Amino acid sequence: MSDLLLPPELRYAEIIEARKNEDGSELSILNLGPTHPATHGIFQNILLMDGERIIDGEGTVGYIHRAFEKIAENRPFYQITPLTDRMNYCSAPINNMGWWMTVEKALGIEVPKRAQYLRVIVMELARIADHIICNSVLGVDTGALTGFLYVFQYREKIYEIYEEICGARLTTNMGRLGGFERDWSPLAFEKLNQLLEEFPPIWKDFEDLLTRNRIFMDRTIDVGPISAEKAISYGFTGPNLRAAGIDYDIRVMQPYSSYEDFEFNIPVGQSGDTYDRFCVRNAEVWESLSIIKQALAKLPEGPYHADVPDYYLPPKDEVYHNMEALIYHFKIVMGEVPVPVTEVYHAVEGGNGELGFYLTTDGSRTPYRLHFRRPCFIYYQAFNDMVKGQMLSDAIATLSSLNVIAGELDA
Amino acid sequence: MALENSVIQHTLTDQFGAAVGDFQQIHDILTFEVDSESISEVMLFLRDNATLRFNFLTTLCGMHFPDADKDRQFAVVYHMHNWVDNVRIRIKCYLGVNPEIATVSNLFLSANWQERETYDFFGIVFKGHPQLKRILNMDEMVSFPLRKEFPLEDGGRTDKDDRYFGRTTDNC
Repeated sequence: MSDLLLPPELRYAEIIEARKNEDGSELSILNLGPTHPATHGIFQNILLMDGERIIDGEGTVGYIHRAFEKIAENRPFYQITPLTDRMNYCSAPINNMGWWMTVEKALGIEVPKRAQYLRVIVMELARIADHIICNSVLGVDTGALTGFLYVFQYREKIYEIYEEICGARLTTNMGRLGGFERDWSPLAFEKLNQLLEEFPPIWKDFEDLLTRNRIFMDRTIDVGPISAEKAISYGFTGPNLRAAGIDYDIRVMQPYSSYEDFEFNIPVGQSGDTYDRFCVRNAEVWESLSIIKQALAKLPEGPYHADVPDYYLPPKDEVYHNMEALIYHFKIVMGEVPVPVTEVYHAVEGGNGELGFYLTTDGSRTPYRLHFRRPCFIYYQAFNDMVKGQMLSDAIATLSSLNVIAGELDA
Repeated sequence: MALENSVIQHTLTDQFGAAVGDFQQIHDILTFEVDSESISEVMLFLRDNATLRFNFLTTLCGMHFPDADKDRQFAVVYHMHNWVDNVRIRIKCYLGVNPEIATVSNLFLSANWQERETYDFFGIVFKGHPQLKRILNMDEMVSFPLRKEFPLEDGGRTDKDDRYFGRTTDNC
């Protein structure tokens, strides 16, 4: 047992030596990463190879660890949102909204319907952006660059919508406690409608390009499979779990931000292999588009933020011309806000699983402890189990379809 | 909600007596304490009992309370989820100055890396863990950075004085 504490190359050296004496065959050690383009992020896998077949492997993570949990203990709530951006940077708005909802739960703030619907729209946009990246890059890793270039322009369109909402594109830092910092402009809705019109046929083309493509199917079916029992034990959530056949989705199990108002299906797979993960994500994009359409159709009028002057920054114009607003602005920025002593756990359905925030407060303006449940970190430990006995090129496809985001993995 | 909190509480107290206690509802989650000696058995019971069915370990993390009593300096907090009845619970295990607790990685594979992370940041030793070594920090590190005494920044910095910005060690 204590053998596992040794660096893997030492353990593997023994195995290699033993095999050489046994039948003369030569095993080798391969470093996949830390900065290999096919790993899409900075993490290392030390693999023990028999020719092209993987016998064993060990992952090393932490190359971009930035101590977010420690930093969060020293920052007021509104300064923690930029940290959440940098976890799953492919779907930053989901992280932002998840964090705001956690704080709102702790403070007991009720968010108006319009803000909740706007949040749903932006979270589903983020999910689409996330799945665009994952699925198109899976195509690239199996040798199909066309689909990637074809759909990536629509991630750009989604980023333009973010830009219109909050001014930022990748690390969005979107929203405020209780809603949004400003109502969405007509241009934002215009861009959104344009996306809803143009994107579906493109996504249909992309699906047609890969889903029944013989080469793609050969490269992904039965590659990196995981059974449902094992997936649950390994803490899988999100599309990766649903690909194994479990319809666990927090949007349905514990609806937040008015998800209960919308009709949508949870696509599930069967075998939990790379192909199923691809298909589940494809199907989820259609569901997300449908949710956005429903939300736009039902979007209520009304305020875009909760009426909580203790926490919500007053409009800048008033801060310059109104004593009261200036005082509130100052108090909020300096952290003179009432915070109860409590603890909350809030989970949202992130791009790749249950993104949870466990917040403990002690009455001061900063969290006493904040723990992020990062889905990547939890399910990535199954990777070595999933690729054992498979070919090296299958490991690349598996890694790609798991959608491991280094920022979220390492926090 | 099919599974009532009182049912969870009674089933657990019947089985484990004084090893479980301090049941309280905090926001939407039933929270209780478990004696650190019996965490393995309690988790196994929660998972395999036909009424409780807490099949999923959502997350586990460490906590540090330097101002608390000697035997309550650290805590390991587990969140479990019953997917059939859709109920979450939070389990807390308080530990003393030299924190040691049994691993649950034999019950839930997902606990493996999370326990390594907790060890890495708090120095909480998980007995029976197959590979208890640092995971996010480098192996050569000697301190445990999420303990409260570990400073966020180099204390010797002179270019930045937070007192002028209304921040003192008490409120930040």
